[in-house]
Amino acid sequence: MALDSKIPAGPLGEKWTKHKGEIPLVSPANKRLIDVIVVGTGLAGSSAAASLAEMGYNVKAFCFQDSPRRAHSIAAQGGINAAKNYQNDGDSVYRLFYDTIKGGDYRSREANVHRLAEVSRNIIDQCVAQGVPFARDYGGLLDNRSFGGVQVSRTFYAKGQTGQQLLLGAYSALNRQIAKGRVKMYARHEMQELVVVDGKARGIIAKNLVTGEFERHSAHAVLLCTGGYGNVFFLSTNAMGSNVTAAWKAHRKGAYMANPCFTQIHPTCIPVSGENQSKLTLMSESLRNDGRIWVPAKKEDAEAIRAGKLHPNDIAEENRDYYLERRYPAFGNLVPRDVASRAAKERCDAGYGVNKTGEAVYLDFAAAIMRYGEEEAHVKGVNNPSEAEIKALGERVVEAKYGNLFQMYEKITASNPYKEPMKIYPAVHYTMGGLWVDYNLMTTIPGCFALGEANFSDHGANRLGASALMQGLADGYFVAPYTVGEFLSKDIRTGKISTDSPEFEAAEQAVRERTEKFINNNGTKTVDHFHKRLGKIMWNEVGMARNEKGLKQAIADIQALREEFYADVRVLGSANGMNPELDKAGRVADLIELGELMAKDALERNESCGGHFREEYQSEEGEALRDDENFAFVSAWEFTGVPAEAKLHKEELTFENVELKTRSYK
Amino acid sequence: MDLTLKIWRQAGPEAKGEMKTYPISGVEEDMSFLEMLDFLNEQLIEQGIEPVVFDHDCREGICGMCSLFINGEAHGPGRKITTCQLHMREFKSGDTIYIEPFRAKAFPIIKDLMVDRSAFDRIQRAGGFISVNTSGNTIDANAIPVPKENADKAFDAATCIGCGACVATCKNSSAMLFASAKISQFSLLPQGQPEAKERVLNMVHQMDLEGFGNCTNTGACEVECPKGISLENIARMNRDYLFASLSSNK
Ligand SMILES: Cc1cc2nc3c(=O)[nH]c(=O)nc-3n(C[C@H](O)[C@H](O)[C@H](O)COP(=O)(O)OP(=O)(O)OC[C@H]3O[C@@H](n4cnc5c(N)ncnc54)[C@H](O)[C@@H]3O)c2cc1C
Ligand code: SF4
Ligand code: FES
Repeated sequence: MALDSKIPAGPLGEKWTKHKGEIPLVSPANKRLIDVIVVGTGLAGSSAAASLAEMGYNVKAFCFQDSPRRAHSIAAQGGINAAKNYQNDGDSVYRLFYDTIKGGDYRSREANVHRLAEVSRNIIDQCVAQGVPFARDYGGLLDNRSFGGVQVSRTFYAKGQTGQQLLLGAYSALNRQIAKGRVKMYARHEMQELVVVDGKARGIIAKNLVTGEFERHSAHAVLLCTGGYGNVFFLSTNAMGSNVTAAWKAHRKGAYMANPCFTQIHPTCIPVSGENQSKLTLMSESLRNDGRIWVPAKKEDAEAIRAGKLHPNDIAEENRDYYLERRYPAFGNLVPRDVASRAAKERCDAGYGVNKTGEAVYLDFAAAIMRYGEEEAHVKGVNNPSEAEIKALGERVVEAKYGNLFQMYEKITASNPYKEPMKIYPAVHYTMGGLWVDYNLMTTIPGCFALGEANFSDHGANRLGASALMQGLADGYFVAPYTVGEFLSKDIRTGKISTDSPEFEAAEQAVRERTEKFINNNGTKTVDHFHKRLGKIMWNEVGMARNEKGLKQAIADIQALREEFYADVRVLGSANGMNPELDKAGRVADLIELGELMAKDALERNESCGGHFREEYQSEEGEALRDDENFAFVSAWEFTGVPAEAKLHKEELTFENVELKTRSYK
Repeated sequence: MDLTLKIWRQAGPEAKGEMKTYPISGVEEDMSFLEMLDFLNEQLIEQGIEPVVFDHDCREGICGMCSLFINGEAHGPGRKITTCQLHMREFKSGDTIYIEPFRAKAFPIIKDLMVDRSAFDRIQRAGGFISVNTSGNTIDANAIPVPKENADKAFDAATCIGCGACVATCKNSSAMLFASAKISQFSLLPQGQPEAKERVLNMVHQMDLEGFGNCTNTGACEVECPKGISLENIARMNRDYLFASLSSNK
């Protein structure tokens, strides 16, 4: 099938308005005859379900948590971007568009990104109207902060809990529709299969996780708002339940997966402390404004630190290697995420890591504390302050800025970041790749749409901070509710979709068989055992730096792991009733297949761009070498039975409004 | 470290539950409490014993999914933390740890340590929203300034994670702290005013229907709340409720 991105003709700034105006409307009377399934209740899903219900469609919404409010979006910390230009610092829709295209290393679609920038402003208006308590200044107006990779202050925030507040806003809109009976909510339900009838997505098989029952749900369209798949690495900053199952089932039924290897590895996370760790915790990007990143310059010192014989505070200034400042004098500690992450790995691989595992670097606030302390002493008119006084004053300033993060760090590590440097290391955080969608956010299966982190659409090969929340709400509130009209307007005479068809029967049967297989397998190893092994393969070979040999090895290893998994996984209990181990087994099975496809995608992309770094394609100084001539396309993979034999379709990316440039931070 | 775990096991909502004893060794200080339970579950599965079921997701104190009554305290020892933020360094080798589900009539047990808190969702549905459609064509976000003090208080109230520790801690199983947090968020903001009366009446009514108890001002909820939601919210809600009941024509 040829890929048709359906990008409307016309000038960039007019495409969306024109297209939106031309989408056929479904009359209110006819909307009542149309059912829509929304899987997922994060920012993308809650906002889409609420909006579609308001418009008059019959909506069923699903999530696997016990409440829609607990979707993983709740954990987002830093903020949400919008081109409001409230700070009067020259921001504009075009600038947000440009920053996003460039930040994504020129691997995203101009038209989609421009639309995102356009609707970004409505998001803030909408959220404030819903009662989202964004941070405000003393004049009572909305406050902004800056984020990496940009020169304006356009990030709206609610302390370190922006995702929580935005999700609770969308959840309240959803609740309003549930109360009206316009949305039927199915919490603790997991979609385990997509049902395709006559080539169109017409329903899902969902498992009631409490009773273990399989349920058939039909609809005229299915929206997958199921989040990202960072958990393929086992350890990530994602919630424990985040998974790829819904998207992967759609992929197996004909939806192409786009750029699956584009993974964002966030430079500042709390390092792995032991073999039994279950997840990693993010330390917000904002810390890099004041923290300096370093490792010992001498290998002996690093070894002594690892052996517990030396304390970082005892290493003299001249024996520290502030490697980001050394390598990137222009941007220093504020280089983009992908660059900072690779640099940390490079130092640790070379033997300079500073914790037991050798995989950690320092993020040091001592200099900032002294600098702020001196400023404060000056402002407060303290004459000849002692060093201790300066420190105390400085610590107070740092606490006001980052107190909650410092506290979170101390809770987890039991070490006080005011007194000794934080230890940090990169961790998997976000997946730019996802289901391929056209301009209407429809996948290659007619009637199956993908929104939010589940699709690939807006961030190219690297996402800028505070842009995922923006995209989730843009897709859910302002894009999909309109663009589904193009597909649904043809369905006004279809009538209710029956769940008695052979297609529903077959889909349910497939899910049942899989479940039985796990329960009766009587293997010897736990689901987590396999998940951890998958994670290790992915992290080592498909992580921050990739090469041909490693990727080929990864494919072979994952295939072997898949076989072993099916032969030897042990799931206790029964298929009736609550059984989280059983549910986890299904998710891990899909993550294993996805991992194989990610390795394949990374192998085929013979260039380095954004979060995808191929060791063969780097300059002499170790910088990424992008290849626009041969790789300015979206890889869209068609499932053919074995992930490593998926068929590649290319969507060429054309840039009419921006000029492709090499990113340099030197 | 070596520990003795006494854990509530219950096969299903209708089944009879009991405390079971599981010795465990090799627990590390750096493990979180839930990682310790993962570690136990791995061992149980290897021994052919069904793993202990408990709720969790984000594991960083924000989703509100984790629960547990640990040694008689909601979210265990330590203040202003959720169970997923509790670390094993708070315990010492040789300790016996009692782990039970959150108990309240309105939170029926689903299995083992997992309870059904959907009553909270129904309280929110009764009025925890502002009736504005999602067209995006509202007024500009900066059209109505909100005094910083009110905005900050609204934010503080809005940080409730809906975990239910307040209910589990309260001897009356009251949900006042939870409900008042949401009601306060809106009553502190100009956008929440038009529906303020209806909201408080409807949400309080729903709270009663769900079988939560009355508030007798013990204040235990505030102490155990992982987000430090203040009792001030309950006072504000009571004021709003009184005012609404007196003046509402409903
Ligand atoms: C720690 C952290 C901090 C972050 N901070 C920021 C930030 O400051 N700014 C920013 O812009 N972005 C941030 N991000 C990224 C951002 O939070 C996510 O990309 C975004 O919230 C994803 O939203 P979503 O609606 O697409 O999916 P999610 O919020 O992940 O929701 C997925 C939904 O799908 C449901 N689901 C999944 N599979 C199934 C299934 N099979 N059946 C039924 N339901 C299913 C889940 O129950 C859930 O409701 C952060 C991410 C992390 C991990
Ligand atoms: S008020 Fe506190 S204890 Fe109660 S649900 Fe909210 S966060 Fe949990
Ligand atoms: S698991 Fe999310 S708050 Fe504990």
